[in-house]
Amino acid sequence: MNKQGNTYTLFYMALLILVVGVILAWVSLTLKPAQNDNISIDKMQQILKSVHVTAEKENTIDMYNQYITDSYIIDINGEKKEGKAFDVNVAAEIKKAPEERLLPVFECQIDNSKKYILPIYGAGLWGPIWGYVSIADDGKTVYGAYFSHQGETPGLGAEIATDHFSKQFDGKELIKDGEFKSISVLKQGQKPTNGEDYVDAISGGTITSKGVQSMLSSCLSCYQNFLSKIQEN
Amino acid sequence: MENLNLFIRSIFIDNMIFAYFLGMCSYLAVSKNVKTAFGLGIAVTFMLIVTLPINYTLEMYFLRPGALSWISPEFADVDLSFLSLILFIAVIASATQLVEMAVEKFSPSLYSSLGIFLPLIAVNCAILGCSLFMQQRDFGSIGTATIYGAGSGIGWMLAIVCIAAIRERLSYSNIPAPLKGIGITFIITGLMGIAFMSFLGIKI
Amino acid sequence: MLSKKNKSVLFNPLSKNNPIIVQVLGICSALAVTAKLEPAIVMGISVIAVTAFSNVIISLIRNTIPTSVRIIVQLVVVASLVIIVDQILKAYNYEVSKQLSVFIGLIITNCILMGRLEAFALANKPWPSFLDGVGNGLGYAIILVIVATIRELLGSGTLLGYQIIPNSFYEMGYQNNGLMILPPMALITVACIIWVHRSKNKDLQEKN
Repeated sequence: MNKQGNTYTLFYMALLILVVGVILAWVSLTLKPAQNDNISIDKMQQILKSVHVTAEKENTIDMYNQYITDSYIIDINGEKKEGKAFDVNVAAEIKKAPEERLLPVFECQIDNSKKYILPIYGAGLWGPIWGYVSIADDGKTVYGAYFSHQGETPGLGAEIATDHFSKQFDGKELIKDGEFKSISVLKQGQKPTNGEDYVDAISGGTITSKGVQSMLSSCLSCYQNFLSKIQEN
Repeated sequence: MENLNLFIRSIFIDNMIFAYFLGMCSYLAVSKNVKTAFGLGIAVTFMLIVTLPINYTLEMYFLRPGALSWISPEFADVDLSFLSLILFIAVIASATQLVEMAVEKFSPSLYSSLGIFLPLIAVNCAILGCSLFMQQRDFGSIGTATIYGAGSGIGWMLAIVCIAAIRERLSYSNIPAPLKGIGITFIITGLMGIAFMSFLGIKI
Repeated sequence: MLSKKNKSVLFNPLSKNNPIIVQVLGICSALAVTAKLEPAIVMGISVIAVTAFSNVIISLIRNTIPTSVRIIVQLVVVASLVIIVDQILKAYNYEVSKQLSVFIGLIITNCILMGRLEAFALANKPWPSFLDGVGNGLGYAIILVIVATIRELLGSGTLLGYQIIPNSFYEMGYQNNGLMILPPMALITVACIIWVHRSKNKDLQEKN
């Protein structure tokens, strides 16, 4: 058979693509469940970290079910909406107008009181940054926070993912004199002018720190009405 | 404004060479003199402008989870993202081939200056890398993706032209023997990378 | 199994003919993952797997490939192997696969792969091709691990995430060198390795 002819070449490529396609589809289908599990376990671990619970890979699902008692979606007025909070893609919601966003809330029972965990998402220096902030049942005090990032500079911006940075947020207040205030991330020694609570930024990670600050104010402000409802109860 | 910012960022800050080391092989091999370096730079920029919109369209209407729902709602669950690598590289390889043939036919003068570089491009990591970053960053529109491609290409060209200019001068300097050639090129690239880091944080 | 010739095929790429510091191939995807040791090791293993198996596959089908589509066939084989590696990492080592992100995909355009396929696998039997793939992959991985060790140790004071530099050093005023973690230092570290290597192997030094 002529190995350089067009028929042979076409036939060869068709066969090759068929074989490769079948193998890849099989690999992808068999590994998909394990991959999806990894993604949701990773998300559960992040949610739990915002209430200072560190879960190992093996016991994440048990811990999650133990601590997270309820989860639901709300809109900007604090009204509940249909849907599963865990499946909401925060990165996609952030692109919509605030009135149309689906805002997930995870309720957590820890230290004998209820905590509300709110997801946040924004942009750092190199790529997206995100995190979870847990609010105590008074509706204004931050109980804990967790931040993560895709590709911030290691040793500088990437430090937002360390406990050292996120611990600073514990006990800060989101509502001052009945008014919603975010939390500023400022260079050491500086103070915000509008009376917000503030934490120290990461030296050398200015852009990432600013990203955290604007992520906090833009995402948490959508939960204003929800938070004031908690306060009234 | 957003696009201009992205354009500047992709040239200076997210520079393919200095920040991600992409396209290093041809960067090191074809940077002995400025003229050829410039030619390769143009070729890379051109291929990025051609391939990014194609790959963006593929990503949007074929590869993303749920991307096939434009054919029929039944396909909303289909996730073909595992095929993206193979499709992207196929697009790049065939686009390179097509562009080479088209340039050869319609503009022989351009072909004689550019042609030798085109086959090199199919295996230039900067091109595939750019498509993968495009997929990861989830750009809003095809225009943004193209601008990102153009910016990255120009950034790459800037890097290779600079290093070629420096290397032309280097032949007059007295470098320790073991560092001659490739070693000193690495060090200079590193130093240039540090210089480019001073652009960090520029926002327009 | 390991004749003299095969031995040299396997061990030459480790030093004398190292793909990174002598042939200067495959630097593209390598350096960006060397800020920490763990991703560098995973990347090294992935590249060894892909070079070895793509060499074997191409060598097995080398007599059937039509010359006109040779490059495309190679790309398809390499790309499929890389996709499989990527999927396996996502399923069994999610943490590291997050850190490596697009750089696993960029193994496809790693010049070592295409270079070895063209230069070796197309002309040799599967077993030597396998050894050649493993050898070149190892040569690549060794440099990655050396660079990552230097960078993580000096940059973060840790190795594989465990603290190496004792706390008493920090109390005496020692500071981690943040510069080592930044991308440009990868290049300068490799340049130093080349410097040392070529001082030992004088025949590799370039004329100008």
